[in-house]
Amino acid sequence: MSTTWIVIALILGFVIVFQIAKASEYVSILKGEEKTRKENNRINAFLLLAFLIAGLFGVWYCNYRLAGKILGEAASNHGERIDNMLYITLAITGIVFVLTQIGLFWFSFKYQEKEGQKPLYYPHNNKLELIWTVIPAITLTVLVGYGLYYWFQITGEAPKDSMVVEVTGKQFNWEYRYPGKDGMFGKRYYKEVNEAASNPLGQLWDDPANHDDIYTTGEMHIVVGKPVKLIIGAKDVIHDVGLAHFRMKMDAVPGIPTTMWFTPKFTTRQMRDKYGPDFNYEISCDQMCGKGHFSMRGTIVVETQAEYNAWLATKQPQYLAAKGNAPAGADTTGLKPVTPASATDTTRPVAVLTTTN
Amino acid sequence: MNENITPNVPPGTTASHGGLHTGHDGNGHGHDDHHHKQSFVSKYIFSMDHKTIAKQFLITGIIWAIVGGLFSVLFRLQLAYPDETFPILETFFGRWAKGGQIQPEFYYALITMHGTVLVFFVLTGGLSGTFANLLIPLQVGARDMASPFMNMLSYWFFFLASVVMFSSLFVQTGPASGGWTSYPPLSALQGAAEGSKIGMDLWIVSMALFVVSSLLGGLNYIATILNMRTKGMSMTRMPLTMWAILFTAILGVLSFPVLLSGFILLLFDRNLGTSFYLSDIVLNGQILPNEGGSAILYQHLFWFLGHPEVYIIILPAMGLVSEVMSVNARKPIFGYMAMVGSLLAITILAFLVWAHHMFVSGLNPFLGSVFVLLTLLIAIPSAIKVFNWITTLWRGNIRFTPGMMFSIGFVSMFISGGLTGIWLGNSTLDIHLHDTYFVVAHFHIVMGVSAFFGMFAGVYHWFPKMFGRYLNNTLAYIHFWVTLVGAYLIFWPMHYQGLAGVPRRYVDFRLWSSFNHFTDLNKMITVVSIIVFAVQLMFVFNFFYSIFKGRKVRSTNPWGSNTLEWTTPINPGHGNWPGEIPEVHRWAYDYGKDGRDHIMQTEPLNPNETKH
Repeated sequence: MSTTWIVIALILGFVIVFQIAKASEYVSILKGEEKTRKENNRINAFLLLAFLIAGLFGVWYCNYRLAGKILGEAASNHGERIDNMLYITLAITGIVFVLTQIGLFWFSFKYQEKEGQKPLYYPHNNKLELIWTVIPAITLTVLVGYGLYYWFQITGEAPKDSMVVEVTGKQFNWEYRYPGKDGMFGKRYYKEVNEAASNPLGQLWDDPANHDDIYTTGEMHIVVGKPVKLIIGAKDVIHDVGLAHFRMKMDAVPGIPTTMWFTPKFTTRQMRDKYGPDFNYEISCDQMCGKGHFSMRGTIVVETQAEYNAWLATKQPQYLAAKGNAPAGADTTGLKPVTPASATDTTRPVAVLTTTN
Repeated sequence: MNENITPNVPPGTTASHGGLHTGHDGNGHGHDDHHHKQSFVSKYIFSMDHKTIAKQFLITGIIWAIVGGLFSVLFRLQLAYPDETFPILETFFGRWAKGGQIQPEFYYALITMHGTVLVFFVLTGGLSGTFANLLIPLQVGARDMASPFMNMLSYWFFFLASVVMFSSLFVQTGPASGGWTSYPPLSALQGAAEGSKIGMDLWIVSMALFVVSSLLGGLNYIATILNMRTKGMSMTRMPLTMWAILFTAILGVLSFPVLLSGFILLLFDRNLGTSFYLSDIVLNGQILPNEGGSAILYQHLFWFLGHPEVYIIILPAMGLVSEVMSVNARKPIFGYMAMVGSLLAITILAFLVWAHHMFVSGLNPFLGSVFVLLTLLIAIPSAIKVFNWITTLWRGNIRFTPGMMFSIGFVSMFISGGLTGIWLGNSTLDIHLHDTYFVVAHFHIVMGVSAFFGMFAGVYHWFPKMFGRYLNNTLAYIHFWVTLVGAYLIFWPMHYQGLAGVPRRYVDFRLWSSFNHFTDLNKMITVVSIIVFAVQLMFVFNFFYSIFKGRKVRSTNPWGSNTLEWTTPINPGHGNWPGEIPEVHRWAYDYGKDGRDHIMQTEPLNPNETKH
């Protein structure tokens, strides 16, 4: 009902505006079109100046209202670099923004049409043009220099002592694998994926490196102050591991493993002390992946080494679950559709996707 | 038959050119379009007159803009009021808005169609199609396009693409819903989303038709500008609109075929069992046989057009604004050759930056660094253009016609959105900002709103040439001010959401402790976008009302402009000039020279003037 009223109000408002607009056209003809045009010119020139002032105030006000709502301090080493880059870029583009907007609107106001004002025939000035080619070029060199310096630090090799976690995206949740005691991931092949046989990642059980790998979902655990390297993949469509608090992001592409690494600076508990008890490091999917895209949420628990060890000790390798369940589970449950080919295929696959550390 | 009036037309083009309108005797004696009657169909529907085709593109573009804009209002409702129900939506959209709430599939279909429609159908077809067709023959001094028939086909392929795209809105499983970029595997696998079923096939077919339309048009624009300029119209005497449209057409002709190839491979993967983009996929527990394809290949093919596409959108707007700004500042455009040079630089660089959309796709970091360098280089020609526009205003005698207002608004928007390009082109910052609202804010300001402002500037400025009448000024100024203020209110705060890491393409943020604190802001943005949308409807009303009832144009040159289109009659017939095509003696920007207000391009130089 209220929608109808809003529509009616809009139409009425429009009719009124239109009548005024039409009337003003007649009035302008009566008053003399040239006179009306000059009057409009003055009004618009004034409004442009007013817009400049109100706009600059608005930029300040928007910052005042919203600056506190963007994610506090970066929670990773790379995040600090990204924030530095952000401030350098903000400073440079901010200055250019203010100067050019002032120039644009101030000149518009100042050089509005006036009786007897002769416009200057000023087709070009090579010196000026050279100046404003060279200055942006130098400025951009600085920005590219800083940017690439940080970029290569962030995308460079992970330190040797990093812990490694494998992240796999699927519609619409995240799965994780830890390499277990041997520090090595066993081989996977996507045609071995079989949820009913407790093998959601398609691990090849005749690879001994797989026997101690640990599988979890929902929550990822990592250790504060210790570099972590994520090996990222996807099962169905492209996803993206978005870690806003760490300022990190990497696509999860089916068939092409990607990696990223960072060192978390604060434990989840420290962050909760700072930002309230509801705080969680969240993993958002940042690449459109279907109808549940917006709900593809994971969390990361950053904890001390001792806490991490205690947590890991509660986990069983997936191998045990698969060996315990597989024969019975495959026969009795039909919950997940499995293609016959993969269920009966016992030969070793020719192509194997290796994600060893 | 046309050799004597357009001496620089090569014989090849003359044949097709002259053969089409028999009404021109070509010798300049009393040519009159009225003495041979055209049927309604050949005059208004299957017309080969470039001016009519321009109007067809414009009106189709306007209809699409209303559809695309309405979609954005619908999904903004969902973002602002996730808890409320709008029963009226269920009345119209049925199960897509069950219980008066927009369902996720519907939301994703809306954003996909909003993007596709506005990027391709409005800001490419509607913008280039309108102004290239209207202005090229009029401003270079030609009777029509190089091939009026191909030109007509260009529109009708566009129309066909529109019909297919529009029909996809009504299929059972809904239109494409994988985003306007339609990345596979999401877009390749029927089971991955409702929108990846028949809706996706229709989307690809429609886009393929659109590419055909764009190529037919583009080749024509290039041929006409290069070959059919009137006597004396050297390349460096052309108005900047012509340069901008020339470069736009070159960009389109070179990059659209790559997009088409990408779409054809996608069509194969969808329907013929190939594995160009598919590998190692387990979809809903079902193991697919495809191995060895690369999902990233599509992104390369897509962005090889996708990036030039944003320049295909913005270059014509730049051209229109340069022209309108110079006319209304009553001053030559500052640095004409630098303006042409920067257009050329942008055109070349446009082909070398596509992978900056893929910094976090797993691209080799070294390759990424090359693309950072090339991407940030584009800021240099863009900066030159901005400084030159501002200097054009300096010491002018500015008339704030509606076209001029939108031109000034364009420069303001282009600065705001262009500067955030320096953020996003830097791979280090892109890691954090990629696929967040920062990107949404950036591209809406720099190519969405800016290009619309350029288009509005063009419509207000050339409406008198198109229809022989003026648009209503009061409505025009309201339109401008509400749109300018509204656009900033909508998109400026989104930068902050992006800095907070809020991902784009989320229906609902209530699940997320990191992103759920922008409720009030989202409401504000939605309310403003409804107001701005309503004002655009007012513009549409003004447009159609003024075609029939607007104030009549009484002088052939209402803005005191130098260019050739204002030497034609107020309502030019097919063939544009009743007599001979005028000869050109100078560049388009002699405003305020030697104490004279303006000197038309057709006026011969006096003996002590230097040549340009």
